[in-house]
Amino acid sequence: MSKPIEHDYIGLSEQPLPSMEKSSDTNDKKNGLRLKDTELRLGLPGSDSPEREDHDQNVLSLKSFVPGAKRGFSDALDGGGKWVFSGGSGGGSEGLFSPRGGGKNNGGNDLSGPDSGLGGPVLKDGAAQKPQVVQEKKSQRVAGSIHGNGITAAPAPTAQVVGWPPIRSFRKNTMASHPSKNDDDDNAEANLGSECLYVKVSMDGAPYLRKVDLKISGSYKELSSALEKMFSCFTIGQCGSNGVSSRDGLSESRLIDLLHSSEYVLTYEDKDGDWMLVGDVPWEMFTNSCKRLRIMKSTEAIGLGTLYPESYGEVPKSYLDDSILL
Amino acid sequence: MCVVFSFLFGLSLMHKKMEFPFPDEVLEHIFSFIQSDKDRNSVSMVCKSWYEIERWCRRKVFVGNCYAVSPRMVSRRFPEFRSIELKGKPHFADFNLVPDGWGGYVFPWIVEMAGAFPWLEEIKLKRMVVTDESLELIAKSFKKVKVLVLSSCEGFSTDGLGAIAASCKNLEELDLVDCEVDDLSGHWLSHFPESYTSLVSLNISCLVSDEVSFSALERLVGRCTNLRTLRLNRAVPLDKVADILRRAPQLVEFGTGTYAAELRPDVYSDLAGAFSSCKELKSLSGFWDVVPDYLPAIYPVCSKLTSLNLSYATIQSPELIKLVSHCPNLQRLLVLDYIEDSGLEALASSCKDLQELRVFPSDPYGVEPNVSLTERGLVAVSSGCPKLMSVLYFCRQMSNEALVTIAKNRPNFTRFRLCIIEPRTADYLTHEPLDVGFGAIVQYCKELQRLSLSGLLTDRVFEYIGKYAKKLEMLSVAFAGDSDLGLHHVLSGCESLRKLEIRDCPFGDKALLANAARLETMRSLWMSSCAVSFGACKLLGQKMPRLNVEVIDERGPPDSRPESCPVDKLYIYRTIAGPRFDMPPFVWTMEDDPSLLLS
Repeated sequence: MSKPIEHDYIGLSEQPLPSMEKSSDTNDKKNGLRLKDTELRLGLPGSDSPEREDHDQNVLSLKSFVPGAKRGFSDALDGGGKWVFSGGSGGGSEGLFSPRGGGKNNGGNDLSGPDSGLGGPVLKDGAAQKPQVVQEKKSQRVAGSIHGNGITAAPAPTAQVVGWPPIRSFRKNTMASHPSKNDDDDNAEANLGSECLYVKVSMDGAPYLRKVDLKISGSYKELSSALEKMFSCFTIGQCGSNGVSSRDGLSESRLIDLLHSSEYVLTYEDKDGDWMLVGDVPWEMFTNSCKRLRIMKSTEAIGLGTLYPESYGEVPKSYLDDSILL
Repeated sequence: MCVVFSFLFGLSLMHKKMEFPFPDEVLEHIFSFIQSDKDRNSVSMVCKSWYEIERWCRRKVFVGNCYAVSPRMVSRRFPEFRSIELKGKPHFADFNLVPDGWGGYVFPWIVEMAGAFPWLEEIKLKRMVVTDESLELIAKSFKKVKVLVLSSCEGFSTDGLGAIAASCKNLEELDLVDCEVDDLSGHWLSHFPESYTSLVSLNISCLVSDEVSFSALERLVGRCTNLRTLRLNRAVPLDKVADILRRAPQLVEFGTGTYAAELRPDVYSDLAGAFSSCKELKSLSGFWDVVPDYLPAIYPVCSKLTSLNLSYATIQSPELIKLVSHCPNLQRLLVLDYIEDSGLEALASSCKDLQELRVFPSDPYGVEPNVSLTERGLVAVSSGCPKLMSVLYFCRQMSNEALVTIAKNRPNFTRFRLCIIEPRTADYLTHEPLDVGFGAIVQYCKELQRLSLSGLLTDRVFEYIGKYAKKLEMLSVAFAGDSDLGLHHVLSGCESLRKLEIRDCPFGDKALLANAARLETMRSLWMSSCAVSFGACKLLGQKMPRLNVEVIDERGPPDSRPESCPVDKLYIYRTIAGPRFDMPPFVWTMEDDPSLLLS
């Protein structure tokens, strides 16, 4: 993403408006449309329709809602709801509301911040085509090159935007599992197009499957928290199909407790069709061999290998420190 | 169609004036010439008796949104239909914006039809959840079913397909397009009994497993002499293709499996020979993992090709140029951006019949462009291909100048979908927004039905769209606009708009509420990561009983946050079936005001 994330959209209304830069001709030639005179004054009483802002800072278009804006709307900004212009759920923690602002995608994959992209091991090939790193670099370069008006906003590290570019899953998965024929080197270019890797996740007792993008989660920890968010509504067991939920008032810690309890373990089916416990192998090896995930009741998981004394969220120390994976 | 229509109009006037109106049979006979859904709907509105006659003789039912109407309502109104087409999830579900479990279940429809419509012949589903149970029920209930098309569907496995294969003796078409199938094994193909020979069209290209029962496939192909369309999946190796083609030289449409093999002259000549024996081939697809040296094997059929799907073929521009230069009759081309500007220029000079072009990105998440594909390629085809009507183009740079040129070159566009990969990319020459460019598209292309925007865009572009795009039926917007005015322009100006999908735009309550009535004339509106507050959603839900206003929010119940807080995703659609009850926990339907329901 080339645009900064609205990390502090809460503070947006406090920032001074930038000097309005009238774009060259377009605004002058209102060509008789004269929408300012038409019926709907969508702007505020006394204000004009928002002018074109400095177009390199598209984020600043929010500032067209001047202070004194219709109360409901600036409240929306102040409320810090999910005002996301990019996929950067890394800003999720800024929201006033549940930090699991991962509503952006169906996987609810929230990144925990700037280092989210560095969860994976760096490829031996110095080109470092690892997706998350790529995305961060992109945001920095593009701000300079494409919008080269000399305004370089400091881009925050961004995550891949969900559903953008708009490419169907079948195509993404097909291209992902296609190693480039032009390369003998296994590593370089092997990830061409593999920037997302959706696997199905089922949970014993849940009415339907979900999908999670393993590439967005850079590590076991992130995968674990993404799954927690995704399946939190099921663990309470009171979600009716008509949408009525009795999970109000449930704190996040209670959910984590449930999932971190010994009630469930996270398992996966590997390329050979065997079911394994998640966490046994280095992250990269796991993403390469994982075909699908299953949150299994512990009682069913006996015989799958060493059950950790604590939850599946705990992994052997060695795999938490990715530097040793080189 | 206009001629038929004026005739009908005249007829309806006469009908009303005559003392003894035309007998029903005559009208029925006349109506049988009217196939299009739109026209049928219009016919049914002429008068009550026409409504009655029409509903008894409607054979094809199209339901664009499976929640707009209930299965029972459809079966009551059209007691004699033979073909049903249903669409479920919103289009943005294709890009993972609709969480799993949202809905779109076909099962209730199958249940409703199973009892009352045993003569059902065609079932076409798009973006629906189809379970094995549904497929089994189809197999059991509809002995006459001829056509089963599942497009972007999910929820079933090859076991369900096996049930279809085993029971549907009259099946002619089984078409799986981009479905997510739990591919348990390739053995489902052997469930087609040896006595079964009716297959005309089989598309299994989306099956991902490596296992395919080749012998079952070959036998099936061999005994189904009416087979016209066969789209294989990637698992079928290249050396099997020759065997299959030899058994079905009558094929009109063929999709290869993987197009890679060790280079061996005998395999090559086998393949080339098999292709040359197919005198009817008009459409080719597949081409996964292409080894370029095998491409010339298809040259014998290229001169007759009208449709070519190379969108999975990772071959470079020189090979692509060679290939398309052999295909002068090409009408439809799907290709990766490896074709580059130079390849598109070659296309523009070789393929004067081209009507549809889709260029997909080979490296959509890459930092720098990996190929030289820019706006120039699109300008070239728009200039060189006079029949070009439909374009889907992924690129990394664009300019207003190019868009204006394209618009002037090709005012006959009906579908224009441009995706500039980086959101909010400005005109690379002037650094301005691309408002003027897209404005030219809508201004010159008066027949435009579908438009997808990208790049840096302000409210201005929506002004143009509202002003000019009078025939626009579907609009897709992302990362664009400055304010509610943008949305207002579209909702108030685009008279033909049926589907509007918006993501990541600063559109909020005002435009939506001001144009609430308009929403009832559209099929649906999707807004995600915009600025519509929960309060506005509630208000809309209350005031508009004929709309379902669904809030999709995985953060938790929207009423646990202030009303002014924007909702995450919003899906509004018109319906006569009332709120649905199959929603997952993260979807809420805004309630109708009970007092309004009575009116």
